[in-house]
Amino acid sequence: MKIDVNGAPREVADGATVAEVLAALRLPAAGIAVALDGEVVPRAEHAATPVAEGAVLEVLTAVQGG
Amino acid sequence: MDDPLVIADREYSSRLITGTGGAANLSVLERALVASGTELTTVSLRRVDTAGGTGVLEVLRRLGIDPLPNTAGCHTAAEAVLTARLAREALGTNWVKLEVIADDRTLLPDPVELLDAAATLVEDGFVVLPYTNDDPVLALRLEEAGCAAVMPLGSPIGTGLGIRNPHNIELIVARAGVPVVLDAGIGTASDAALAMELGCAAVLLATAVTRAADPEKMATAMRAAVVAGRLARSAGRIPQRFWAQASSPPR
Repeated sequence: MKIDVNGAPREVADGATVAEVLAALRLPAAGIAVALDGEVVPRAEHAATPVAEGAVLEVLTAVQGG
Repeated sequence: MDDPLVIADREYSSRLITGTGGAANLSVLERALVASGTELTTVSLRRVDTAGGTGVLEVLRRLGIDPLPNTAGCHTAAEAVLTARLAREALGTNWVKLEVIADDRTLLPDPVELLDAAATLVEDGFVVLPYTNDDPVLALRLEEAGCAAVMPLGSPIGTGLGIRNPHNIELIVARAGVPVVLDAGIGTASDAALAMELGCAAVLLATAVTRAADPEKMATAMRAAVVAGRLARSAGRIPQRFWAQASSPPR
């Protein structure tokens, strides 16, 4: 299925969870935060939260700033 | 700890809070952070690129500096609240430097959105440090909303114009029941010293150091300026006079 990750279209397995998407895209599991369709998904729920077709996933981390 | 900076449940011996933005690279940043003596420094939250992060968190961890995530780039309360919640998740801290910017030309805070976001985040259990205008009324409203400090600007972000309205900063300090942190506009050491002389509890600066020709040296200067300003404030300066007053005996 197609989803949007950080503004780019991505193809992931149907029924994938947030944790599976992060792993498939080789995104780090620590020091990051995930928003699914504008809502924060706590780390403890990554493995249990399914991602739907067309979902918008934002994966953020700390960078230099401020 | 002698004369610590106390914000919410934390104590810091340094009254200089720094930002990590603007440094040419991480090694320049690291040397400047060490020279500054800071114990709290801001980071921003941005999209992960596939190459991985910038390693700034690793530098802070190594130096024992607490990260203070900001909501830089947010223009509405809703954006800032979501960014703060993501930062809490990514960094495991409920502290946030709250920025809600009105427009990209001035980077001035949007007071209406700022107060709204502050109230929401306090309700959600955050320790909120709002970057605000040098507006004594807004500073009080932010304190009433439960903010752990107020952080008025000296002048717009990155301008290095110093403290354009010292009297407003003094008014904010005079009525504040929480620490006042002078945030934004610092250009050189005398600006940081002035902020402390006006009664601020701390100074937050970034580009004055990171974009100086010699960031490490400027960080050293800022560290000394904050200490000097704090000492001068507590020493009780002489009143300013119009006419001369001799200090030597008359005969």
